[in-house]
Amino acid sequence: MNKWWEKMQAYLEPRFQLSAIRDFAQKKKVPEHKHSFWYFFGGICLFLFVIQILTGVLLLLYYTPSVDAAHESVQFIMSQVKFGWLIRSVHSWTANILVGVLFIHMFSAFFLKAYRPPRELTWITGFLLLVLFLAFGFSGYLLPWNELSFFATRVGTDIAGVIPLVGKAIKTFILGGPEVSGATLTRFFWLHVAVLPAFALLIMGIHIILVQSLGMSKPIGIGETKEIFFFPDFILKDSVGWLLILAVVGAVCVFLPWEAGPKADPFASTPLGIKPEWYFTFMFTTLKLVPAHIFTIEGEVLAVLGFMLGGLLLMLVPFLDRRAAHEKRSPVFSAIGLAVVLYIIIMTALTYLAPNIGK
Amino acid sequence: MNRRTFVNLFLGGSFLGTVVSFLYPVIRYLIPPRQAEAVAKRIIAAKVGELAPNSAKLFRFGSSAAVLINTSDGELRAFSATCTHLTCTVRYEGDTETLFCPCHNGRFDLAGNVISGPPPRPLEAYEVEVSGGDIFVSRKA
Ligand code: HEM
Ligand code: FES
Repeated sequence: MNKWWEKMQAYLEPRFQLSAIRDFAQKKKVPEHKHSFWYFFGGICLFLFVIQILTGVLLLLYYTPSVDAAHESVQFIMSQVKFGWLIRSVHSWTANILVGVLFIHMFSAFFLKAYRPPRELTWITGFLLLVLFLAFGFSGYLLPWNELSFFATRVGTDIAGVIPLVGKAIKTFILGGPEVSGATLTRFFWLHVAVLPAFALLIMGIHIILVQSLGMSKPIGIGETKEIFFFPDFILKDSVGWLLILAVVGAVCVFLPWEAGPKADPFASTPLGIKPEWYFTFMFTTLKLVPAHIFTIEGEVLAVLGFMLGGLLLMLVPFLDRRAAHEKRSPVFSAIGLAVVLYIIIMTALTYLAPNIGK
Repeated sequence: MNRRTFVNLFLGGSFLGTVVSFLYPVIRYLIPPRQAEAVAKRIIAAKVGELAPNSAKLFRFGSSAAVLINTSDGELRAFSATCTHLTCTVRYEGDTETLFCPCHNGRFDLAGNVISGPPPRPLEAYEVEVSGGDIFVSRKA
């Protein structure tokens, strides 16, 4: 084995200049301190994204993106194709877990103030990745063309339609017409399997290059720390996390395979108990609670504009948090962040615990 | 302006023009072409006697859904079934004699007015006529 290995290295070395990569990998170190647990979540996102690509490519083999065939093809995958249920369940469950881990990754970077210079662009590319993955989730949800996903898409896109002035044009653009139809399914499919993956790979590439070249940040006030080698120590610890999450995915898929639901009927009533995927429920429940009118303005317009403003502020936080930029503690930002996290948790919990809220 | 600035402006401007002329068709391609919407004027929603008192039926009206209600007093009423909040399709609830939208728990009375929940406006009401055994529904003039 050693002979063969050496021969191969001798062949590849002058062609790929492997030693440059090896030198980099051997020098790279990761600080270890009481918060370094949170450094693992970015790597878990990466791992889950790879699962999504692999299972997504497999699903493409049998899925058909048309109103007449989409739901039927998903049922075919679930009932006829060997292990089709497994591939589809892994894709659907991992999508949900991935968004959850993204939220954890983002908020841990937020509370550790990892967005401080020179990592502003790491933060912004990360934020864009979160937006892209929410779009992945939203577009993927429609593809089985079932009752729930049909109405979730109607509500979700009408939310875009609420934006003053440009809303209607944006809504028509997203839907491919005035309402959710076959054109919408084609468009969402196009986004989900072509446009979003291309942008995600590009932005993820920038994000990871930035992380590699800048190294891990240390939280404010943590002085000299122990450091461990990235390779192999950190990678080995990373892979423990990957294996754990893989076990979780496997377990939920076997015990709770993803359902296909009844086929969408655009001329039937919306089913009772409808709700979007969990990561949109905090906005969904907010929309249940805002009054129809707040001063003469329609309540949902204010709510939607509020969420957009919140997202914008979150994206720009590296430039707003001037104290952290000067390596000073910024408890105000931590407090606001904590309030946002609590809001998201409470609203999400209410969705499931008090579905009749405001009824 | 010296010669170098002129050339730079000229080349830069041409490059920009080229980029725009490539992007324009792509952007227009992405915007969906306008299609004639199916606008219904007057359609048969049901047969007389098809609906028991205190029940309702959804039917297709143009490109969206509408609801025909036979109230417990035997009065026929029709509305657009598209909730004025965020476009879910309402459902008739016999026990409360209301129209309910499960998306954000909006509720309308049988005149189409909002009773509770976030919908900002009443449901659009349609004209109902009975003629020769058929129930016709049309948009109000
Ligand atoms: C699929 C999406 C994403 C992938 C694959 C990804 C991947 C990674 C990886 C591998 C790291 C290094 C390890 C770590 O810090 O956990 C990292 C760091 C980082 N990520 Fe992400 N990330 C994603 C999304 C996000 C999002 C949504 C944000 C925030 C808006 C974000 C902000 C950051 C920041 C600021 C760092 C630097 C942390 C530090 O230096 O301490 N990332 N990311
Ligand atoms: S869409 Fe009907 S209440 Fe929101």
